Amino acid sequence: MQTFKLIVNGEQREVSADPSTPLLWVLREDLKMTGTKYGCGIASCGACTVHLGGVPTRSCVVPVLLVGSRPIITIEAISNDPVGRVVQDAWVSEDVVQCGYCQSGQIMSAVALLKAMPKPTDKDIEDSMGGNLCRCGTYVRIRQAIKTAARQLG
Amino acid sequence: MKRLGLVVFPSVLLLSVASVKTTSRKQDSTPARESPSATSGGLAAWQEIYSVMSYPRCINCHTASDYPQQGDDRHRHLFNVVRGPEGKGVPALQCATCHQSANADSARVPGAPDWHLAPLSIKWQDANDNILPSVAVCKTVSDPKKNGGLDGAALVKHHQTELVKWAWKPGFRSDGTARSVPPINYEQFMAATRTWVQAGMPCPE
Repeated sequence: MQTFKLIVNGEQREVSADPSTPLLWVLREDLKMTGTKYGCGIASCGACTVHLGGVPTRSCVVPVLLVGSRPIITIEAISNDPVGRVVQDAWVSEDVVQCGYCQSGQIMSAVALLKAMPKPTDKDIEDSMGGNLCRCGTYVRIRQAIKTAARQLG
Repeated sequence: MKRLGLVVFPSVLLLSVASVKTTSRKQDSTPARESPSATSGGLAAWQEIYSVMSYPRCINCHTASDYPQQGDDRHRHLFNVVRGPEGKGVPALQCATCHQSANADSARVPGAPDWHLAPLSIKWQDANDNILPSVAVCKTVSDPKKNGGLDGAALVKHHQTELVKWAWKPGFRSDGTARSVPPINYEQFMAATRTWVQAGMPCPE
């Protein structure tokens, strides 16, 4: 076990964990922040996406040892971000969610996309969101919500 | 079989070197003219380098396409991962979204610092996914206009980066078996690189 100082959603948090523990489990088990979901555990579904140093990152494959000083933003704080707030509102207005399990990861990826690319085309959306799977098949509504958010961020 | 082939190959190459015309790039860091024996040694060293560069796991990031490949069969990277403008993916699906600075052994996701695709100018396959022949790869690697402006000394340094070294410590496949490694070890690869650079980076024709 080792002690790690993490910056999570703007706050410094201290956790004691095995260095190989994936960040996802530190967030969920140690910090009790369960908005970030476990889907596959092998970076194949995107449900566990957080922003690590500003990069959308699959937290299930990042050993806590490798986090370092990079700030972590999770779904719990994304509404504090101007783009994040608009994206969440668009998710509601477009009624995107069905079961909802993948949606925190979808939103984290969508926010990263819109921050870097304010007016994404359909292809931009497909390229960027391709690693976020939704077993309910809400892809059409996700794309629409991203376009709605883009318009509102205009 | 690959290892056996490599052991045999240099001796075959050496027999043919005498009749091979060579092209040697003249650069600040490389001698202007080399002796025939140095050139022969350089050509033999190049073939060892090529045995690594033409290895599937190396070509996977030196593609001629707008996407990376994966595995020994060089299949298209899952999730429709695309190259992006800088070879590092696109905003919400960057290389760094999954590939960290080290292998994630718990999830079998490979990683090394600065994980990215080589520029299209340094592709080692053709548009039909065929591996380019030795001469074509050699001319690309030794041409600063295509290789990102690297001279001999810079090429040696490039081969010392953690991303290149990753080829010899690639971790495990998703089924738990070890990923394959190039046919020569890293020390042999670096020795061949230095020999080739010192010989003026000659290329077979």
